Amino acid sequence: MAIFFNKTKKIELEIEDYLDLVEKGGLVYKQGVKYYFDKRQEEFETKLNELRKIEEDADSLRRNIETKLYIKTLIPESRGDVLGLLEHTDKVLNIIESSLLEFSVEIPDIMVDLQPLYLDLAENAILCVDCTVGGIRSYFRNLEAVRDFINKVQFYRNETNRLAEKIKRHIFRTPDIDLSQKIHMRYFSYHMERIAEEAEDVCDRLAIATIKKFE
Amino acid sequence: MMDPLTLFFITSGIFLGWSLGANHAVNVFGTAVISKMVKFKVAAIIAGIFVTIGAVIGGAGATKTLNDLGSINAIAGSFTVALAVGISVTWMTKLKLPVSTSQAVVGAIIGWNIFTGSPTDFSSLSKILITWVTSPIIACVFGYVFCILIEHILKKAKIHLLELDAYTRVGLIVVGAMASYTLGANNIANVMGLFVSSEPFKEFSTPFITLSGTQQLFLIGGLAIAVGIYTYGYRVMVTVGNDLYKITPISGLIVVLAESFVLFIFSSQELEKLLMSLGLPTIPLVPLSSTQAVIGAVIGVGFARGGAGINYKILGKIATGWVIAPVVAGIFTFVALFFVQNVFEQKVINTVEYEINSSVIKKLNEDGINVNQLKDLSGQRFSSSKKFKESLMSISNYKEKELFSIFNYSTVDSIKVDSAKLIQYKKRLVFDDNEINAIKNLHGKIYIHEFEFIDALKNIYNKYSINILDREFQSKQNELINIFSFNKHKSNNKE
Repeated sequence: MAIFFNKTKKIELEIEDYLDLVEKGGLVYKQGVKYYFDKRQEEFETKLNELRKIEEDADSLRRNIETKLYIKTLIPESRGDVLGLLEHTDKVLNIIESSLLEFSVEIPDIMVDLQPLYLDLAENAILCVDCTVGGIRSYFRNLEAVRDFINKVQFYRNETNRLAEKIKRHIFRTPDIDLSQKIHMRYFSYHMERIAEEAEDVCDRLAIATIKKFE
Repeated sequence: MMDPLTLFFITSGIFLGWSLGANHAVNVFGTAVISKMVKFKVAAIIAGIFVTIGAVIGGAGATKTLNDLGSINAIAGSFTVALAVGISVTWMTKLKLPVSTSQAVVGAIIGWNIFTGSPTDFSSLSKILITWVTSPIIACVFGYVFCILIEHILKKAKIHLLELDAYTRVGLIVVGAMASYTLGANNIANVMGLFVSSEPFKEFSTPFITLSGTQQLFLIGGLAIAVGIYTYGYRVMVTVGNDLYKITPISGLIVVLAESFVLFIFSSQELEKLLMSLGLPTIPLVPLSSTQAVIGAVIGVGFARGGAGINYKILGKIATGWVIAPVVAGIFTFVALFFVQNVFEQKVINTVEYEINSSVIKKLNEDGINVNQLKDLSGQRFSSSKKFKESLMSISNYKEKELFSIFNYSTVDSIKVDSAKLIQYKKRLVFDDNEINAIKNLHGKIYIHEFEFIDALKNIYNKYSINILDREFQSKQNELINIFSFNKHKSNNKE
């Protein structure tokens, strides 16, 4: 009996570790963007490598959890929902990683006066991710608290929308820069916005999974 | 060595047991297996073991109520009645009528009573009928209370989904085992209760364990149920396990818990003893329909969650089953008994003799029955229940309830007390030294009627200040009657 409960506890800890990695990925991303704007190239590349490692670890951990949930036929009635949540959270982490990678590859030239807005956009997008992770944690333990997190995600998602729009308006109303640079800058705000968009999708799934548990 | 014909005759009981196992596994492990929380093999093994233990240890209570309704005392009669029950239930199930074996058995026993001219005990019958109605209601209340309680605990405890999953699995197994035990204890009466009065087995004793004839019957019945669960339970779960069982594992756990409580309170002699010792009214021990208990519990859970999605039509269906099942099984039994007796020339009732004497008249008078005309029959011996009934009806138009009392008191049992026979029982701690000394006072006495012996036994127990509970006294008195009776079921004349 104790072995049975120990196995469950192990998977439970693995899920917690996985969600920790997603949260950590968000923090590293924010640091990475900041270092990029501060032109601390070496530290930026370190953060990018750190994020790559986090993404790889999270990927293998997720696969491991999925296999265990299937093999041991655990939580049969909510397994589909849980797997869906974990897979889509992994997708969020993928987008975070690819967004930072693009800074490294494409080396965008972001206008100095727009940089605080970009940092604010990154902050709100990552807050979206953090609240999504918080919601998922609550889904496992305290269903009633999920709603609070969903509301927060909604709030931060609206903030990212607003900030992205503000950035784009500012870019395309600035006369002295090339269109190619304008499009390039817009592309980077779009990537940051996508992080929040994907987190919102996860949250929609979370809301439905929670309603199903209340049935 | 057991008579091969006896073995053949109990096959109808074995068939009933197999069918009960196949059809009722879904009531104890349905949700657990359908939701893939518990593997079918694990569920089947646990259910099989606990059903058998429940049948052997706790099967006596509900069986006694069935035997009070009508004691089928010839093995061919038991075979025919059990077969008629099996066939009628299978037929009605094919017609998609909501019937249960528990209800069909009652109709079949009444069918046997009518065919053989034996009176029906209306107090037992009314007890059984009331139980049919109350058991789903009690299951509903249990389902409601357990649901509120468990959901409150879960809300407060904030258990991780995976831990909850593990607890639920363990819970489903434990509760499934409990439900299997109570199913065996409660429903073995339907499977083997019909054979108890015809006593096909002798006591079997080893230095470690002693099994009475009834317990051996229950063991065979329990094993038949276990085989039914293992061989056919899964198919029934998958094909017949309809929406009723497609509920969340926690709801399933609550439902099975409520079901097992209901089956327990209607089959536990221990609970009965406890209630008696506390001076509280006892609960009749009656075989129930576990499916109807499940339906009651599901409705209870539905109410606890706001009452949405409850299908009230199902209640009407249950009530229809209460009428259809006994009537159809009763008619089937009557026809089957006619064929077995007249075409196959098998004895479906063992002759019991009846005699009215002054002590019988005194007893009946105490019960408020008009005994004036009965005095005309005093001293005559009647060799069959039919003849006795005809004679009684020719002198007065007795009601069924009065007839039952007259039959009960007039049955000739011929008991001769031989205290030497008790020595072997002392070893098994059935009777202590004080009791044996008390019974020795009755040594050599002969009683024509059972009640005369029981009255004498009660007096002697009082004299020796032996205080035991009614149920315990009843079981000891039955044991003594079995030891001292010298003509019980010996008569082999065909009716």
